[in-house]
Amino acid sequence: MIQHVTNPVLEVHDLTVSYQRKPVLWDVDLTLPHEALVGIIGPNGAGKSTLIKAIMGLLPLNSGYVELFGKPMAEVRQKVSYVPQRESVDWDFPASALDVAMMGTYGQLGLFRRPGAKQRHQAMEALEKVGMQDFANRQISQLSGGQQQRVFLARALAQDADLYLMDEPFAGVDIATETAIIELLRLMRDAGKTVVVVHHDLQSAQDYFDWIILLNMRLVASGPTNETLTPALLEKTYGGRLTELSRVSELLQKQNFPIRETKPSRK
Amino acid sequence: MNLDAFWIILTGALVAVSCSLLGCFLILRRMAMVGDAISHAVLPGIVLAFLFSGSREVWTMLIGAAALGVACTFLIEFFHKKANVPADASIGVTFTWLFALGIILISVYAGKVDLDQDCVLYGEIAYVPLDIWLTEAGMNLGPRTVWVLGGVLVILLVFISLFYKQLYLTSFDPAFAAAIGISTSLWYYLLMGAVSLTTVAAFESVGAILVVALMVGPPATAYLLTDDLRKMLVISVGCGIIASAAGFYLALWLNGSVAGAISVIIGVQFMLAFVFSPSHGLVARRRRPAVLAEA
Repeated sequence: MIQHVTNPVLEVHDLTVSYQRKPVLWDVDLTLPHEALVGIIGPNGAGKSTLIKAIMGLLPLNSGYVELFGKPMAEVRQKVSYVPQRESVDWDFPASALDVAMMGTYGQLGLFRRPGAKQRHQAMEALEKVGMQDFANRQISQLSGGQQQRVFLARALAQDADLYLMDEPFAGVDIATETAIIELLRLMRDAGKTVVVVHHDLQSAQDYFDWIILLNMRLVASGPTNETLTPALLEKTYGGRLTELSRVSELLQKQNFPIRETKPSRK
Repeated sequence: MNLDAFWIILTGALVAVSCSLLGCFLILRRMAMVGDAISHAVLPGIVLAFLFSGSREVWTMLIGAAALGVACTFLIEFFHKKANVPADASIGVTFTWLFALGIILISVYAGKVDLDQDCVLYGEIAYVPLDIWLTEAGMNLGPRTVWVLGGVLVILLVFISLFYKQLYLTSFDPAFAAAIGISTSLWYYLLMGAVSLTTVAAFESVGAILVVALMVGPPATAYLLTDDLRKMLVISVGCGIIASAAGFYLALWLNGSVAGAISVIIGVQFMLAFVFSPSHGLVARRRRPAVLAEA
């Protein structure tokens, strides 16, 4: 079930990506609509993060192309924002929350200009949106996991883009933070932005997203949530992996019981 | 303070400032030992430059050394990226191999080369005032080294102040930098080029070991004292300058090696920061276990 849209905000065409000759994404072809909250769902190792990185142009593509707003990435960089996984950086780095948020404005500055009062203001506004204004001068290692995640979001907000690609923004955050973040993402969607989120929790996916991409190396489905989160398609996505399969059936039995795929923490 | 002492301390301070500025970015990238690698890897470059040109003129030597220094950083990045060797292993394998190549070249051409590895590794900062730059008219402009190192420092200051944000972002989050269109490899190579330039300009007068000590010691000390990169740069520059002045007088008092004394002071500074740093020090951590637990 792969549904295409006309005039898409993002078009991924016949995309194949591999790490050292081993394909991680195989022939992924999808389009995403404007003003949508999109969830990328699939088991571990399904290539969810790889898909986002490939869209951002951070990985070499074996075949296919990616177009955003009908143009190649290089032409629309300002309109696209990327939130990497929280564990991808060293949080002991000598930087404050405000410093990190301000990095979101670097793209508009060009080669020589330095961030000034305007950029500082933008960064503060972004921190306020994620409720981190009181921690602006706090060193980033002294923030909790959820607060660090919110700082990352603030950095993306400071960029003021139209399309946001987020790699597991809900990993390792508590339920209060998760609720706050999803509220923020909804506001962004209502303001006309498209937000693409790599997500692990099948149960909440139903409530959070209006469009779902089911991925397991190949694209299993891409379409409105109620048409994609079906038992048949989920089984196709998680099939062959017994634990996941049982979890899926468990989910279908106990609709209200939240299932969380926990990742081992690095530290 | 006589004039010779002034020149020696000034040389030490110029090297210290250049090295500790770059060192801050290196230790944050977990590539502190790149300075070590470059300062060793220049040996074959110097030997080859000598064999091809037949002269021991300073500029041919520096060009040979700089070429190998840059080649060394390319190799490190190549092994790290293409073969997935961890960065520290990649650094280690590259420079030991290149340094060994230099030693073999020296031993094979021993009769023709008036060089030895000791002069590369240890240098001698105390001889700086001997190599005076005289103009055609016979005017004394002070030691040549001071002018070379001063020029390098000006280049570094311009580089870091103009491109602080790029260096900052590519050190912290390369993926995000690439996503907003800041090329991580471009800034990696520019930084490594700056490290090569500094190392090559400095090792001739102060020796490779002191270059390494200054590139890692003061930044590591500053890292323990602050949580802000700008302050870290300033503190590490301050530590470097203090170390070169204090080291000179320690050497004078002991009648020993100046480079050795400077390195010892750097070590002492680090130990002091390690014990007494208000945020990361042993004493502060003892006194505030609750704060640590919260963090």
